[in-house]
Amino acid sequence: MAVATAPPGERARTRVRVPASGVGLGIATLYLSTIVFIPLGAIILKSQDAGWSTFWSAVTAPQAWAALQLTIGISLVVTLVNIVMGTLIAWVLVRDEFPGKRVVDTLIDLPFALPTIVAGLVLLALYGAKSPVGIDIAYTRLAVAVALAFVTLPFVVRTVQPVLLELDREMEEAAASLGASRLTTFRRVILPNLYPAIAAGAALSFARAISEFGSTVLISGNLPFKTQVASVQIFGQIESDNIVAAAAISTALLVVSLVVLVGIDVLQRWGVRRG
Amino acid sequence: MGSATTRWSMRLVALGYLALLLILPVGLVFWRTFQHGFSPFWHAISSPAATHALWLTVQIALWAVAANTVFGVIVSLLLVRGRFPGRRVLNAVIDLPLAVSPVVVGLSLILVYGRNTTVGSWFGGHGVDIIYAIPGMVLATVFVSLPLVVREVAPVLEEIGDEQEQAAWTLGAGGWQTFWRITLPSIRWALAYGVVLTLARCLGEFGAVAVVSGRVVGKTQTATLFVEERFQDFDQPAAYAMAFVLAAVAIVVLITINLFRPERHR
Repeated sequence: MAVATAPPGERARTRVRVPASGVGLGIATLYLSTIVFIPLGAIILKSQDAGWSTFWSAVTAPQAWAALQLTIGISLVVTLVNIVMGTLIAWVLVRDEFPGKRVVDTLIDLPFALPTIVAGLVLLALYGAKSPVGIDIAYTRLAVAVALAFVTLPFVVRTVQPVLLELDREMEEAAASLGASRLTTFRRVILPNLYPAIAAGAALSFARAISEFGSTVLISGNLPFKTQVASVQIFGQIESDNIVAAAAISTALLVVSLVVLVGIDVLQRWGVRRG
Repeated sequence: MGSATTRWSMRLVALGYLALLLILPVGLVFWRTFQHGFSPFWHAISSPAATHALWLTVQIALWAVAANTVFGVIVSLLLVRGRFPGRRVLNAVIDLPLAVSPVVVGLSLILVYGRNTTVGSWFGGHGVDIIYAIPGMVLATVFVSLPLVVREVAPVLEEIGDEQEQAAWTLGAGGWQTFWRITLPSIRWALAYGVVLTLARCLGEFGAVAVVSGRVVGKTQTATLFVEERFQDFDQPAAYAMAFVLAAVAIVVLITINLFRPERHR
């Protein structure tokens, strides 16, 4: 998946204009508005329907607040795990050679292609009540974390891998020849080059984790105050026809996502500047 | 040597993590599906509810893929070749759907196209239901998979530049002719990759469709909804059978993508 692309089209181009671009712009605007912007705007409007205090009390209602806290907390933990394991996996895929490496490299993307409900089912098969290895973590917070780790696995790997591939090995050799230990070389020479990629991957994985729904449905048991994540909480509110409350919690979640998206944009420009 | 130990332990940790999180769980479901042979699988997957769910999923996915392919190419061209105010904003918001919870997507569509809304009741008056019907499910699927084609095609358009297009223009080719004969051939692999990714995402969408479909068995139940409903109903063989089909499609998609982009990490 191509992540972390710089905004295209910055080169100077002053020649012929595409005549159809006005039509294209109209179509694109209409399409995005009817499918994305107007509906998302409707959520924000709906959340403010009964005023700010109603909005605030819906978001801070004990069950909703617990779900939001749990979602953000577990997403942070999972993102930390991804930073460490994603960088390690990228490293092994780039610098190590072993039979079957190509297969492993292909499988990394499986969580992107696998439906989330199947991801949940698959994890429940191995780590649920009928586990053949006797590990039953179903309906615990650990299970939620495992589900989120599954669906966000590729992000850090796929942002770090290309940077590692293009890293100039001469710098490392120079560091080594100057007497730096391999750990020092990694910490002082390699890691600083990876920071922008790791940060971008981490932000993407956090954004994905806080909005995850399908993979947690089966394995979390959706126990309020214990394993219920924000998306499941919103789903429950829709089912019980509390649309204003659902819109309020959705708006809170959207704000967090938006902050992360803006953060990614800033990080990308930082990465581009650093070359 | 310490170096070999480090290398081996890193390899072990990385592969162990992948095995425990990814490979063993997926493998186990494959094994469970065919634990008692092929006929229980076939029996479960050929039931009327299952075949209906599969067919509905394919139909919705095809509509959504077609819409997002056309839109994806137009937006990529606009972003890379266009000059208009708000281009930066368009570039920033195009990824928004990937950061929105599928449940929020579903809710947002209900708020605009639901039966009690202005738009929804107008359509209802003309005999077209959007929410709790197929059009709403297509909309939800389009929403969640919207940026995937753009994200693949735009970087390639940027990379190839517009010299060839300019040359075609100079030689008197029209807009369409330039697009079909110059632009499209040079983005075809990126486009194919984007289309396959979109297809995978559409076939596997769960949350957004769960909200807008009403989840009526044999009517608005897609393949992923079938998995959930069967599992909650303690019909594990059927849940596993459909999960296997969806996982098999995902793996075929992965292999296809690798064939499209063999040079990816080289």
